Amino acid sequence: MSVDKNTVRKVARLARIAMPEERLEPMAKELNGILAWIEQLNEVDVDGVEPMTTPVEMKLPLREDVVSDGNIRDQVLANAPRTEEGFFVVPKVVE
Amino acid sequence: MTNLTQLSLSDAVDGLKAKTFSSQEITQAFLKQIEASNDTLNAYVVVTGDKAMDMAKASDAKLAKGQGGKLEGAPLGIKDLFSTKGVRTTACSNILGEFTPTYESTVTQNLWDEGSVMLGKLNMDEFAMGSDNGTSRFGPPTNPWRRENSNAKLTSGGSSGGSATAVAADLCLAATASDTGGSIRQPAAFTGIVGIKPTYGRASRYGMVAFASSLDQAGPLAKTVKDAALMLEVMCSGDKKDSTSLHLPVPEWSKSIGKSIKGMRIGVPKEYRVDGMPEEIEKLWQQGIAWMKAAGATIVDVSLPHTKYALPAYYIVAPAEASSNLARYDGIRYGARQSGDGSLTSTYETTRAKGFGAEVQRRLLIGTYVLSAGYYDAYYLRAQKVRTKILNDFEEAFKQCDALLTPATPSAAFGYGEKGDDPVAMYLNDIFTVTANLAGLPALALPAGLDAQGLPLGLQVIGKALDEESCFRVAAAIEDAAAFKARPAKWW
Repeated sequence: MSVDKNTVRKVARLARIAMPEERLEPMAKELNGILAWIEQLNEVDVDGVEPMTTPVEMKLPLREDVVSDGNIRDQVLANAPRTEEGFFVVPKVVE
Repeated sequence: MTNLTQLSLSDAVDGLKAKTFSSQEITQAFLKQIEASNDTLNAYVVVTGDKAMDMAKASDAKLAKGQGGKLEGAPLGIKDLFSTKGVRTTACSNILGEFTPTYESTVTQNLWDEGSVMLGKLNMDEFAMGSDNGTSRFGPPTNPWRRENSNAKLTSGGSSGGSATAVAADLCLAATASDTGGSIRQPAAFTGIVGIKPTYGRASRYGMVAFASSLDQAGPLAKTVKDAALMLEVMCSGDKKDSTSLHLPVPEWSKSIGKSIKGMRIGVPKEYRVDGMPEEIEKLWQQGIAWMKAAGATIVDVSLPHTKYALPAYYIVAPAEASSNLARYDGIRYGARQSGDGSLTSTYETTRAKGFGAEVQRRLLIGTYVLSAGYYDAYYLRAQKVRTKILNDFEEAFKQCDALLTPATPSAAFGYGEKGDDPVAMYLNDIFTVTANLAGLPALALPAGLDAQGLPLGLQVIGKALDEESCFRVAAAIEDAAAFKARPAKWW
């Protein structure tokens, strides 16, 4: 599977990374280099193999469904680029 | 008095307990060294001098009363990937701007709880993506080691390059680091020091900037095997804040140092003899095998047939998980925001285009591509199945042996730009280390000799899941036999 300029444009859009037109072609080349190398995995017979989850089997821990943290609004907002009256400020999304 | 900054962590801890010197004295000594050399070595991206002196003072008060934790008063460096409350943490990426956490990572909290002192934050590849620290927003650190008769600057490896430089150049007693594909062990090998990645889940990932969640593990870089054991036993813990952390007792690994390896079976995997590997690496490996035999261990030839698929599998799994983890950097809740044309989408896209460096962008695109509609099964799912095959290889091998001995890296430290601009050539650095990440196994790298140009070379010991103890025992035997005392000649 190889990617072209249009695929890179689409993937960059999905990844929400602005990519100038002149970067699309070189990036397609770089990605194809990596993808071609990755293709080796097709040689491996994985029929009936379970995908790996963990080297050490353990039961996922559960906890009581109760509030364990919170009331730290100012800490949550402390690093925001823009805040107002205790809220994050974002660009207008509804006309 | 000997130069305090050259002490091992264990000797320093003993000296502090015996009141041979105070925490304020040794902390001051390190801060002086950092001030004198950081412009050249670029190991620290934040120096927390005042905080360090406050912590040292508090430690001295405890030590005076005969109290204190396992690392009381010992000055450490912290990789910029660990969130430190009130101290800027950026994973060396522009996108995090001046991000200053309001919380502390569990690993660093464990270190502070045992009395250690924070000197500052250490340089690294942006989001830990790299093998030479060339992707740091602050520029790369420099390896204190240089080739004989050469002034060329060499990399201290990546991604924990700042940590490795700091430990090797005596700018801290030991440092935290993290390892997703070899980011502790390759820098250890390049700078002549010891580093270990524990079994996946031993150390909590809470408060670590996430790269690839199923692979990331914290671990130490230190000057000796015992120091690494001491650090690791403090860093590890089961943690309610990380559901993948293991709620198991953490052994006192430092106490297993020096136990004989007589009767242990050491596996040598034939697939780690790769094309184009320098003869010196092969020689070092053979030397390691001879040391094992001399110490009473039995050598067993083993096979890990899926080794060659480890790196390609890694370059699906790691970018895929990264593309998901790094989706959080949108310029809305934290970090540096760019507005673009003012719309929300443009804010996201320009924030991320300006905030992420070239290598991070490349990996995010690969990750997004392999996870995109129609490709998940062909790439990510297949790679996770290949991981199972790699883990099965190890499990088969460990039926015949107690630990594996391999080279740590396919070469000694290299210079910036020497690898060209082919990303795959750079990725091959992790060929011996990445298997342990994919299989979640503990693996340790330590210095074992010098190459013809006078640069350190490392060996790696891989253990069974949860058997860090065997890694430490075998490594201590190599450390004894190698008697690696070489130090970089001070030029900085």
